[in-house]
Amino acid sequence: MATATKPSTKKTVLITGAAGSLAKRVIARLQGKYNIIAVDFRRKVDTDAGIPSYLVELHKRGFEDIFAEHSIDAVIHIGRMFAHERDRMQRYNANVLGTKRLLDLARKYKVGQVIIHSTYMVYGASAYNPALIDEEAPLKASEVTQDLVDSVEVESLANIYLWKHPELNITILRPCNVLGPGVRNTISILLARPLVPVLVGFSPMMQFLHVEDMADAMVLAFEKNKPGIYNVAPDDYVPYQQAVTECGCRKLPIPSIPPMLPRSISTALNWNSFFPPYMISYFKYPVILDGTVFSQTFNWKPRRNLNDIFSYYRKQKLVAKATV
Amino acid sequence: MLSFGKLDLKDKALAHLVTPEIEHLVASIPKPVGSFGYDPWGYNEDRFKFALGAAKWLYDHYFRVTVHGLENIPASGRVLIIGNHSGQLPMDGVLVGVAAATNPDGPRLARAMIERFFPTVPWLGNYLNALGGVIGDPVNCAKMLEMDEAIIVFPEGVRGSGKLYKKRYQLQRFGNGFMHLAMNHKTPIVPVGIVGCEETMPALVNLKPLAKMLGLPYLPLVPSLLPLPARVYLNFGKPMHFSACGNEAEVTERVEQVKAELRLLIDKGLQERTSIY
Repeated sequence: MATATKPSTKKTVLITGAAGSLAKRVIARLQGKYNIIAVDFRRKVDTDAGIPSYLVELHKRGFEDIFAEHSIDAVIHIGRMFAHERDRMQRYNANVLGTKRLLDLARKYKVGQVIIHSTYMVYGASAYNPALIDEEAPLKASEVTQDLVDSVEVESLANIYLWKHPELNITILRPCNVLGPGVRNTISILLARPLVPVLVGFSPMMQFLHVEDMADAMVLAFEKNKPGIYNVAPDDYVPYQQAVTECGCRKLPIPSIPPMLPRSISTALNWNSFFPPYMISYFKYPVILDGTVFSQTFNWKPRRNLNDIFSYYRKQKLVAKATV
Repeated sequence: MLSFGKLDLKDKALAHLVTPEIEHLVASIPKPVGSFGYDPWGYNEDRFKFALGAAKWLYDHYFRVTVHGLENIPASGRVLIIGNHSGQLPMDGVLVGVAAATNPDGPRLARAMIERFFPTVPWLGNYLNALGGVIGDPVNCAKMLEMDEAIIVFPEGVRGSGKLYKKRYQLQRFGNGFMHLAMNHKTPIVPVGIVGCEETMPALVNLKPLAKMLGLPYLPLVPSLLPLPARVYLNFGKPMHFSACGNEAEVTERVEQVKAELRLLIDKGLQERTSIY
């Protein structure tokens, strides 16, 4: 309480998902310039002195106390519950109801800016996808699988608040695959493995972004404050199976016909954390984003190329081999 | 050892097909690619070289293509190459692609629009993408034209390629989509009259019920499963420019202008042909 009431001219920024690798990097960039409040549902994050840290679920009561206690100027909503962390119902509550509550609290406590971390997966992977998908494209993920309904609903919620409550200055970021040291999303867990499933005869084009570049993008979106929806992706592309090889992984070919088979294999072998059944279509068909609008609006360009990104996974495996 | 042998064979085939001439041509094509040699649609330079090498051989020695008017394809900048479609298999697209890629006045990578079900077929989708093919989605076309690419479109679609031999060299109904693209993205249209592809696979009947059962657009009864070695004549016409217009009737009128031009180019090819095979 004492720290919160201390007079300060610095803006106060609340960051969710603070235990994650992206949030940690965003905090490191904003620290000093802003008062940071770290929030995570998984664990209480160890932060540097002066950064209050909370273990709280966004859709539970305790969350409002943080808003009441601190005068929050901006929220960077990075935290997302992954499919492998809890079941579908819990994930829906945490992600959709949690975001709704966050946006309502932001209104109630007059927060002036909200950044929402979405994902390219909302577009859905389909054989008919054109490449270089614009922000205006329909979000077809829920057509592909029920397990992504929460991602699409978070987006539509944020969109409603975006036009209904312009004072919230909502910016929605849809990044492509984010990789790098410490990243614990599905694709990163996958490429860190020595043996990686690939669908026979399918190698969709993919885009990858280094987590440091994504952190830069988030900080830019926050500091420049230009509300809207943006794809965040580089203009470089590589087929999935080549990315697998470049990361030093061996391929485990999975029969792709009949189409239900890979799903069944993933379910039977419980590959939920790295090759989940609901993501199979993303290893079959491309979702290539047009990131031009973000690049131009924020004058941003990733500083690390594909080789920089893959070499981390390659080296990790060499180290593992050497220590065995 | 087996894989070693296979690799050796692949290298030999590569060396045979990817001649220095092909290397030089592909190097001079104005086509930006990413750090691994791919574009957003999955086009890949190395695979393209290989396929171009193979297709060039067919172009020179099997279909013995005679080509006129290559100078009409701009050496750079967006362009829609519009042709008459025939021959059951899209050999006409391949040959127009080779003509554009080996154009002495400035080689171009001409992108072909592929059927929507191809990406669902293992290998086929990825392979065609690597050679520059993309599914015929207006968003894809628009993005590619904005990136100053060359695109081959057969506005007749399967109506043209699947027609029977008795209807040879009769233009079928054209879709208007290409004209909208040309107008919206200020793109010149280069018509190409293709003669000879009708005779590569003359279809006597279309087994419609069987095609429907197999989910194919058509299934013809043909004398040979491989395209016959008919001589092919390609006549590229002068670029046609169209400014924006208001209603669909006017668009259709403009499409008719392109069809009229195509008929002239087809007649030219038919006249210069002295022997079918």
